[in-house]
Amino acid sequence: MVDFAYIERVLPLYERAAVLTVQLGIEGILLSIVIGLVCALILYEKIPVLRRFVMIYIEVSRNTPLLVQLFFMYYGLPKIGIVLTPEVCGVAGLAFLGGSYMAEAFRSGLDSVENIQRESAYSLGMNRMQAMRYVILPQAVSTSIPAFLANIIFLLKETSVFSAISLMDLMFTAKDLIGLYYKTTESLALLVVFYLMILLPVSIVGAVVERRVRYAGFGA
Amino acid sequence: MPDLGLEVLMKGNNLLRLFDGLWIAVEISLLSIVISIPLGILLGILMTRNNRLVRFLTKFYLEFIRIMPQLVLLFLVFFGTTRSMGWNLPGETAAVIVFVMWGTAEMGDLVRSALLSIPGHQYESGKALGLSRRQTYFYIILPQTLRRLIPVSINLITRMIKTTSLILMIGVVEVLKVGQQIIEANRMVSPNAAFGVFLVIFILYFVICWSVSMTARYLERKWS
Repeated sequence: MVDFAYIERVLPLYERAAVLTVQLGIEGILLSIVIGLVCALILYEKIPVLRRFVMIYIEVSRNTPLLVQLFFMYYGLPKIGIVLTPEVCGVAGLAFLGGSYMAEAFRSGLDSVENIQRESAYSLGMNRMQAMRYVILPQAVSTSIPAFLANIIFLLKETSVFSAISLMDLMFTAKDLIGLYYKTTESLALLVVFYLMILLPVSIVGAVVERRVRYAGFGA
Repeated sequence: MPDLGLEVLMKGNNLLRLFDGLWIAVEISLLSIVISIPLGILLGILMTRNNRLVRFLTKFYLEFIRIMPQLVLLFLVFFGTTRSMGWNLPGETAAVIVFVMWGTAEMGDLVRSALLSIPGHQYESGKALGLSRRQTYFYIILPQTLRRLIPVSINLITRMIKTTSLILMIGVVEVLKVGQQIIEANRMVSPNAAFGVFLVIFILYFVICWSVSMTARYLERKWS
């Protein structure tokens, strides 16, 4: 039997948790877009020393789990005097992880713009900045949009580990309620429904945009 | 030099215990990938069928697994099925079930796109040679797809190893849990153990995943 009274009672808790999940997710994603863009540009322009650092950062961030990154930041760093709140930790961890995924997405977009585009821009009298701003970036962004949206879904999913550093997100709420009331089925069903409400719209937008971009045939 | 809490790892067999914990994570992901590959190939073949119902069901399965965070899937299997079916599932088994479900979905999608990338004349030539449908798959199509699949399935292994860090949340004693135990046990003697232990775990995960993904990259370059 599904206990509707229980669902009604705990719904506000889930709503609050969903807001927190989305809020931290958006903050982390915005930061990771900035990091990704900067890293991709550094790689694309082959800036000498910074390039090395970016490459190391990408390898480290892509080859370690977010949960381990968060544990290190939340439990490890205070021991050497860096104390972060769970919120800051979560957002920073998400940005650290997402930055490299975004960088890869943008970089493959930049690589897909043929050299002739840049040369044509130069021959029209544009300088480096202008060529980047008006010719290369617009084309690169449109080809990297599918990967970009896939990354957003990936990062929103990754927020589920925030519960491990005692952030009251959807996972935390569900686990807490299971422990309190033993209404496992209802709690888990609500968890799935709320994640679907967050992720399904992004996923649908992603599918539509991907089809559009493919028709546009940029970089082909 | 501040106390980084690294000396804890040198005490007794603490470091060995960490490795044991890591091995559980690696073991679970290897076992899952070994089961996922044949199931994924089967799913991939099903996904290229023209039957609408089969296509809808496989697509639905794939999208559901893809859209749910792995931690939610772990919760669904570990807490959900044990409650509704009334059995007692160890965390390790729940983890393998979830990883196989996930691995099968991802492999299935990879197999599907690999199969579609094989030109139609390969199927037709098989038919023209008098091979049955099954023979065509076994001797002509699958050998060609497998080579493309190996690098991407190695990539899947790194993703799985990274995801195994989550099984801490369903009570499996893996590397993070062992780390926590070590930190707790040495709380009085070395209060800074959390830094050293989690740093070492961070590095261990990196070394494993990085070497596996380097292998994948090497194979990709060699075989493409």
